Amino acid sequence: MALFQLSRRDALILALFALVVVTMPVWTAPFGANYPGLMQKFAIYAIFAIGFNILFGLTGYLSFGHAAFLGVGSYTAVWSFKLLTMDALPALLLAVVISGLFALVIGFLSLRRSGIYFSILTLAFAQMSYNLAYSVLTPITNGETSLQLTLQDPRLIDLAFTTRGAGLPTASLFGVTLSGLSGFYFCAVVLLIAFFFAQKVFASPFGMMLRGIKSNQMRMSYTGFNTRPYALTAFVISGMYAGLAGALLAVTDPLAGAERMQWTASGEVVLMTILGGVGTLIGPVMGAWLIKYFENIFSSFNEGILSRFFDFIPAPLHDTVVAIASKFVGEGWQLTLGLLFVLVVVFLPGGIMEGVRRIGALFRRGNPPKAGAMRVQPAE
Amino acid sequence: MDAILAQLLNGLDKGGAYALIALGLTLVFGTLGVVNFAHGALFMLGAFCAVTFRYLITLETVTVDPTQTTAWGTALEVRTPLAQTWFGDWGAVLIDWSVPLSILLAIPVMLVIGIVMERGLIKHFYKRPHAEQILVTFGLAIVLQEIVKAIFGPNPISQAMPTALRGAADVGALIGLAPGALTYPLWRLVYFLFSAGVIAAVFGFLRFTTFGMVVRAGMADRETVGLLGINIDRRFTIMFGLAAVVAGLAGVMYTPLLPPNYHQGMDFLVLSFVVVVVGGMGSLPGAVAAGFLLGILQSFASMNQIKSILPGIDQIIIYLTAVVILLVRPRGLFGRRGMMEN
Repeated sequence: MALFQLSRRDALILALFALVVVTMPVWTAPFGANYPGLMQKFAIYAIFAIGFNILFGLTGYLSFGHAAFLGVGSYTAVWSFKLLTMDALPALLLAVVISGLFALVIGFLSLRRSGIYFSILTLAFAQMSYNLAYSVLTPITNGETSLQLTLQDPRLIDLAFTTRGAGLPTASLFGVTLSGLSGFYFCAVVLLIAFFFAQKVFASPFGMMLRGIKSNQMRMSYTGFNTRPYALTAFVISGMYAGLAGALLAVTDPLAGAERMQWTASGEVVLMTILGGVGTLIGPVMGAWLIKYFENIFSSFNEGILSRFFDFIPAPLHDTVVAIASKFVGEGWQLTLGLLFVLVVVFLPGGIMEGVRRIGALFRRGNPPKAGAMRVQPAE
Repeated sequence: MDAILAQLLNGLDKGGAYALIALGLTLVFGTLGVVNFAHGALFMLGAFCAVTFRYLITLETVTVDPTQTTAWGTALEVRTPLAQTWFGDWGAVLIDWSVPLSILLAIPVMLVIGIVMERGLIKHFYKRPHAEQILVTFGLAIVLQEIVKAIFGPNPISQAMPTALRGAADVGALIGLAPGALTYPLWRLVYFLFSAGVIAAVFGFLRFTTFGMVVRAGMADRETVGLLGINIDRRFTIMFGLAAVVAGLAGVMYTPLLPPNYHQGMDFLVLSFVVVVVGGMGSLPGAVAAGFLLGILQSFASMNQIKSILPGIDQIIIYLTAVVILLVRPRGLFGRRGMMEN
């Protein structure tokens, strides 16, 4: 079926990517990141970043409010757990639909402007959702205490078949509990599907149209295309990705708080995408993994770990090195992150993917790629 | 009527802070064409100039006075601030007025920080896409924030305002209302007057000095000014320093209203970007007008009468105004055509 066909190159990339994702528990072990909670986050935020990149990487519209869709996805999923069933599929489906509708409304209004005005409009909508979720919408969002499962939830579908067990239930898929490693593999499968869909979008005529919007919107409209429906479709798709990611966050931990919608969360996905490489398929995934790794692992380092790590340094220097390095980990992990941003943008404007390309070019001397030819210029 | 006037006044000090930050952002954007996400961090650094200044002038010498004893029977430790030993009673006055006096420290410090930032990092980003400018300045903001956190700790450090400026001013009496009908905290009034003064100074500087004229010419057409043999880059660097000073001063004077903490820059940054865009990118009067407009609207929206009609409006008023203005007036209040649209 043509719908599921990929070019040979894309199929190879997908196969390699699947291998990398499925073996994640193995290769993360040396970095100390092979616990399920973190790997679930790796998969989930990769979906978020891939979706964001469909909008930002292809059309060049920089949205600063994508966390709103993540939050809506989370809330919808938790409500589906509370009202219907603990099965993950209806939750994901509902979250995607609702966040898609939400994105349709916000996108319809925001896409009337471009450039930084678009960014501020999306930011304004997201901040409004965040502030409302904290205040007036408390009946829906449960405000500061976060929306969570309770023992009195109706769960209409589940309770029609089984009786209420003791304690809070966990999310499941056709009766298989999704927690720990099984939760990770569930997220991984969803990630692979999301990645495959993104590949299809990138390779499709629709994807070409989006790239056209980025490189010269005016020329597109002179050629006779009404660009706004295309941009709106891209916006809705990326909103759905964000909703999907939000729902997966709720699947792995059935709790939805408003802080997921704050502008810092929107900023984070922008940073993930730029850090990895805007407009590339793999880049945003790498960016998401790197940032989540920093956030979870670097922040947990302390002087004891450092001291063992720098054991090979002779004693007089040892303490100094540990003292200096300790400023950059643990509490100070954000300092490292900030420095990393600055360094990447100064030396590798195309993100990690440009670094990979440059290293690749070193090995292919005979056929040097044109400098900057592949560089992705994010439009603003 | 009184209530409306009171809310108008309440909006002025916050509006003043928004206007000052937005003014600096617009200066940087209008001159260098750089979207500076580290501008909020400059506001925060200004606030910590006040903290540092207070710390410096309250350094103490501790002498043990054997003639006096404490309630526990040990010798009394007499703590005298150095400023007091050097200047006598003047020292106590100095400490009391530490916040306004920190301006003297903040101006040179912020100027140097601004110029170093521009020469060291920002100048490499003139021609880069705005997304990269945002990322690099955002990274810089995080770095500055973390450095401040490492030095001053994560907790807010409250700063006292001068004793003479505590309490409230009877504004109502000035305009013929009954005494006590409309009072307003004195420091907020000071903050408003201060921000109005700084804004007037910046505009005057741009309008009435040769330097300002050249800068305005450079904002309009950088290339032509360069072709006339004027080193416009150096002037723009100084303007970046000036923008840093404006943000820093806004931060210094805001410390008694909001104890400075290391992340307050980020909190103000988002709002000031909204302010800048509502005013129109690159328009200085727009930034000031939008700053006061949003500050005043915010204080009106937090009135109980309005909240009872539209619950939650106080939480979203700024963003709602931004959305409405951007949808109705595509370039903000005073924006020019073609600015940052592609």
